[in-house]
Amino acid sequence: MNRWLLWLPLGLFGLFFVAVAAGLMIPKDNVIESKMVGKPMPAFSLPAAIEQRPALSSTDLVDGKPKLLNIFASWCLPCIAEAPQLLELEKAGVEIHAIASRDRPEDIANFLNRWGNPYSRIGSDATSSVQLELGSSGVPETFVIDGKGIIVHQHIGDIRKENVPELLAILREAQ
Amino acid sequence: MRYILVFVASVLAVPVAAQTGLPPAPYADQQLADPAKEAAARDLMEELRCLKCQSQSIADSNAPMAGDMRSQVRQRIAAGETPEQIRNWLVERYGSWVTYDPPVTPMTWPLWIAPIFLLIGALWLARGRFRRKKDDS
Repeated sequence: MNRWLLWLPLGLFGLFFVAVAAGLMIPKDNVIESKMVGKPMPAFSLPAAIEQRPALSSTDLVDGKPKLLNIFASWCLPCIAEAPQLLELEKAGVEIHAIASRDRPEDIANFLNRWGNPYSRIGSDATSSVQLELGSSGVPETFVIDGKGIIVHQHIGDIRKENVPELLAILREAQ
Repeated sequence: MRYILVFVASVLAVPVAAQTGLPPAPYADQQLADPAKEAAARDLMEELRCLKCQSQSIADSNAPMAGDMRSQVRQRIAAGETPEQIRNWLVERYGSWVTYDPPVTPMTWPLWIAPIFLLIGALWLARGRFRRKKDDS
């Protein structure tokens, strides 16, 4: 028998070891992107989440102007982090609609009183049904929808300072 | 005394930060009345990946979103959709990532081919062994 072949099991074990060590040390990329980007908004209709804002249905998202659809929840900490950026976008003239994920009206009202309310309409998605329609897997997420109701972009996670100009550029392009 | 304290503490304990305040979706943890449909729904749930806790199926996960997905699966099955239709509906939205029964695509064919190659390799090795024995005798 070829004596080099004797080293094969050790070599295989080495490969196995490296693969496992790499899997442990390299942080996992758990982001699941929606396959709905580039497709039309699925039809939905959600009841109003709070008294102060009207309900949201998919037809509200198709009126010739590009807009943002933000998915948030009062129980979601990164949603607090992105609140100032959403207010900034609203100040820049962007229309922002929202879906409140698995949330109570009083909790949503408290959250918005505390961190600001940049939303024109807020729909309440108590069983994540619209989130599943959108291919969204968590909060916060923000979709850019063009005037014809096509989803042109999905931002996963909180909107940071540096994402604001990016989103504004995408909105301009979607005009 | 200590036991009483422990008991009182465990009764008074409340989750500090629940993920969501809402009750689960209607069919998240409630079985369908029709056993055949429930079995079909159950089989599908075991093959759908939880979006939040990514190494579990939605049947195994306690995440609220997994509950919402279970409810969707049961409601759609009850409404007469086939498991394949529901699977495709999810794959359309999340990619084949969401199913534990991945379709054969340019990305996944090595997964399907690998066992066949391993089997052929094993047979080849075994053949070598048997032949050598014959040579010795």
